[in-house]
Amino acid sequence: MRGFLLNRLSQSLVLLLIVSVIGFVVLNLIPGGPLAQFGLDPSMTQDDLDRLREQLGLNRPLWMQYLDWAWRLVQGDWGHSFRDGAPVLDVIGRHLVATLLLMGSSTVIAIAIGTWIGIRGATHRYSVFDYLATVGAMVALSIPTFWFGLVGIYVFSLRLGWLPAGNMYTIGDGSALNYLHHLIMPSIVLALVHVAIWSRYMRTATLDVISQEFVKTARAKGLSERRILMKHVVGNALLPMITLAGMQLPSVLTGALVTETVFTWPGMGRLFLDSLGYSDYPVVMGLLMFSAILVVLCNLVADIVVAIIDPRIRLS
Amino acid sequence: MTAIVANSRQERWWNSRTAHRFMSHHLALIGMVMIAVLTLACVLGPYLLPYDSLHIDLRARFAPPFTGHHYLGTDPLGRDLAARLFMAGRISLLVGFSAMLLSTLIGTLVGVLAGYRGGWLGTTLMRTVDGFLSFPSIFLVLALSAALKPSPMMITVVIAATSWMEVARIVEAEVRSLREREFVQAGRMLGLSGTHIMFREILPNAMGPIIVAATLTVARAILMEAYVSFLGYGIQPPLPSWGNMLNGAQQYLGTAPWLAIIPGAAITIAVTSFNFIGDGLRDALDVRGDHT
Repeated sequence: MRGFLLNRLSQSLVLLLIVSVIGFVVLNLIPGGPLAQFGLDPSMTQDDLDRLREQLGLNRPLWMQYLDWAWRLVQGDWGHSFRDGAPVLDVIGRHLVATLLLMGSSTVIAIAIGTWIGIRGATHRYSVFDYLATVGAMVALSIPTFWFGLVGIYVFSLRLGWLPAGNMYTIGDGSALNYLHHLIMPSIVLALVHVAIWSRYMRTATLDVISQEFVKTARAKGLSERRILMKHVVGNALLPMITLAGMQLPSVLTGALVTETVFTWPGMGRLFLDSLGYSDYPVVMGLLMFSAILVVLCNLVADIVVAIIDPRIRLS
Repeated sequence: MTAIVANSRQERWWNSRTAHRFMSHHLALIGMVMIAVLTLACVLGPYLLPYDSLHIDLRARFAPPFTGHHYLGTDPLGRDLAARLFMAGRISLLVGFSAMLLSTLIGTLVGVLAGYRGGWLGTTLMRTVDGFLSFPSIFLVLALSAALKPSPMMITVVIAATSWMEVARIVEAEVRSLREREFVQAGRMLGLSGTHIMFREILPNAMGPIIVAATLTVARAILMEAYVSFLGYGIQPPLPSWGNMLNGAQQYLGTAPWLAIIPGAAITIAVTSFNFIGDGLRDALDVRGDHT
């Protein structure tokens, strides 16, 4: 276990290093680079800009600038928002809960429905259900999330009036039920693509497990099919899904950005777009780095969890 | 010499087993037909319609579809939606296809190099692939296209720059498994250059997975263009794209829902078709892999 942990940790550190280099390149692709904010200010002269460049150390070689930038990142000094001067990490923190709530609830939906479809597809292979699930998954993967959201708003908010068209809660009503009411549509919209992905992987994983020897043994012992499925198959099939959940995180974050925009949900995705609109590059860069670091860490956690559960990985 | 040998052994491609398997894949056929119809409509449509996509008719604002002279209705400026849909389709399909070409090119180069050379170069390249995959793609695309001057060309490059990693991974794995095969060793013993072995001997044997990945990349690129254009950082008006036709459609959702529904349906049809074709090609070319 110790060897595995060290190995996996060093991999993640290397990955974080590469992620930071990519982030630094993006930062320097922005016209004016880190000085972009001052270029928009008409009262700044070229002399002022040159002096700032000197002060901020931007005339040094790129690799020194990178080390400086990366070191401040490690220390938690991510700069300040142009808009309100608040530290970038505080700004992100203010929007984190809303995004986690949305992502969490949609992940629960995706896992619940996707697991069910996947197992049923595997146990009733080549049935009408399986065929429809296969085709349905491919179509679901092709529907633009924002369009699904707009159609949902049109049907369930504007026509039927069942669900709110946006925001996280009604102003003046902070009850849990009100939050839940606002959460339903965005989390279903965000979940659609992941139901599709999850069900496909779950089907493959279940088929893999069903063909194993220990399932044959369980059958030979005379266990009922239901008991075999519940006790022996599902648990083993769900194991690789933990890794999948970590791998899917970037695409969940991408979906969250779009969903938050359509449903005016005050999370990280909306913050990203708003900051982009105001050319608030410190926050944009902060969110870019924050999401990538989150992805690397979650994948690390997923792998460690799998290793704890599965001795085959831990000991190999 | 090689051409003659190849010719005598090769069956007509439309008679090959691969072609047969593809043709018996119903979804792939449906996908092919839908893409053909959509492409034809986008290429020829604008010539057949009585209205230009930029023609503004303020007396005919918000005309609903299937009524009067505007087959698919009009937008808030009274522009013909059908004409705009077809012109937008040209842009969206072109961007999707070009982005696929570019990202497949990058991914193949990186994958072949990493898979064949291996060592620290291969490790560095593949860790870079992992690094790019750690970023939610839309964050990268948005940050880049907001920073760079948005033109169809630039959007294509940005989408390609953030979608080459899957191809690279597939090619790397394929090349790594082919590297030790006899025909490669024979090539090495004949003194062929590394470049020749990589691109003339190994690469042709890895084409199946590349073709499948490329088809699925078209689907993803069309979706990505739609996302960034919907959010206002992709193709810029007055140039229409399926994505930017939906930008601003949300505020008219109650009064003119067709403004949102019709372009979104076009995106869904195009992307679904490419996913169907990719699935059919995967079965026909016998490419193993997960079914997502």
